[in-house]
Amino acid sequence: MREITINDTPVYDSGVKRSKALEEVIEAYNYRHLIFQLIRRDVLTRYKRSILGVAWTMLNPLGMMIVLSIAFSQLFGGTRAYPAYVLTGLVVWNFFSQTTTASMNQMVWGGGLLGKIYIPRTAFVLSSIGTGIVNLLLSLVPLIIVLAVTGTPLRISILFLPVSILAVAAFSLGIGLLLSTWAIYFYDVTEMYQIVLTAWMYLTPIIYPPEIVPESFRVWIFNLNPMYYIVSIFRDPLYEGIIPPINQILIAVGFPIIIMAAGWIIFSQKSDEFAYRV
Amino acid sequence: MSEKVNELRMSNQDVVINLDSVSVRYRVPEERFGTFIEYMIRRLQGRVNHRDFWALHDVDLKVMKGEVFGVVGRNGAGKSTMLKVISRVLRPTKGRVWIKGRLAPLLELGAAFHHELTGRENVFLNAALLGHTQKAVEERFEHIVEFADIGSFIDAPLRTYSTGMVARLGFAVATAWEPEILVLDEVLAVGDEAFQAKCHERIRYFRESGATVLLVSHNTQVIRTICQRAAWIDQGEIQAIGEPDDIVAQYKGE
Repeated sequence: MREITINDTPVYDSGVKRSKALEEVIEAYNYRHLIFQLIRRDVLTRYKRSILGVAWTMLNPLGMMIVLSIAFSQLFGGTRAYPAYVLTGLVVWNFFSQTTTASMNQMVWGGGLLGKIYIPRTAFVLSSIGTGIVNLLLSLVPLIIVLAVTGTPLRISILFLPVSILAVAAFSLGIGLLLSTWAIYFYDVTEMYQIVLTAWMYLTPIIYPPEIVPESFRVWIFNLNPMYYIVSIFRDPLYEGIIPPINQILIAVGFPIIIMAAGWIIFSQKSDEFAYRV
Repeated sequence: MSEKVNELRMSNQDVVINLDSVSVRYRVPEERFGTFIEYMIRRLQGRVNHRDFWALHDVDLKVMKGEVFGVVGRNGAGKSTMLKVISRVLRPTKGRVWIKGRLAPLLELGAAFHHELTGRENVFLNAALLGHTQKAVEERFEHIVEFADIGSFIDAPLRTYSTGMVARLGFAVATAWEPEILVLDEVLAVGDEAFQAKCHERIRYFRESGATVLLVSHNTQVIRTICQRAAWIDQGEIQAIGEPDDIVAQYKGE
């Protein structure tokens, strides 16, 4: 195959066979300004017409926390500082459920753009994750206040938090990419996923302490559930004030990396077909 | 054979858009499957039938540097599919496409605009979709607003704009950077006459500075007046390439 090289001239050649996954990484980097603009758009427009605006990002989990505390603090009375416990779990769970749902919806319903101009196909999923990170960082503010009020002062272990955030972001990116690929072929996936999410949330110790689950079930419910480990390494440095045990860290970081790589590769392989579908 | 290769190499010097027996196949399922389960059952039974629809069939096209090239054809002839292949939106099912130069697509002006964002925010978003950096937009911002001629509306939400204003802003963003290849799909039909004249003026300016323009239009008058060469496409195949006057005559007499 002839090589076409012209100085400083960008060249697109459909005949060049490169790894699609690698090409997608390069293009996503080239279009990083677009991803930044998409995040900006999502953050700004979400509350554009509301009076409290971005404050809702912080008030939302707080409201959920109050409702859940009223409903369950008697039931799970043995849990120390239940509002703080539930809020740490909710913040990381909301990140996962919102970013994966948004990735899928943006691809299915907003994907029309992919049929009009060229942009990296991962741009929407990446920007959904980016928006989620902005929202997560904002909700850390009320979270830290609740922790302080309920008697859990900040400890040095909070410095571990970036690792936990990256782990949940990687996991959400992988799941978001896999779901988007699937949802483009079957719209039903978007509806089915909401049910799966609800079930998944109740199978993860977000609103209840893991101890209430009988020992014999824990293997099935927790050990096979990546979100269990991710929630743990998020909750440990904040609520427990400890660095999570190393074996937990390895699983909570390793599994998302595998899912992210698998999602990226499968999505990139299929991405040429998207413009035919969306 | 070697003579042909030589000729190809010579002429390739100035080719900026090259389609090499490009075919695009859409696979239309003969029936629509509502759900995944239904699809899997049918798939396992081996009863998923697709109808192949070739939107483009063995298309060869070379557009030279600095040319204004027109494409005419009926609705559904394959014009838009061809533009999508050229602007990298669709990868050809068969054949090969290569493009030399920075391409600015004006397929649908303002397709990416968000109606809750202000004109200013939309300029940044749309420019990013075209691959420009924030810094590059800041440098050209005044220029864009001036060309779009929307004045103080720039800080109002886009939902308060008229259709013409949206189109003007879209055109202004897309053409704010001198593209090496400009792809236009029926976009010149929007706006009032004064704005259309401005668009033509800008296209002429791009052409004079060496840009290549690929123009798709139903308006054969536009093709005849501004294009140097044209192609007539029908049923996914190129019927003829040549002088715009001849091509338009053939297209009309089909």
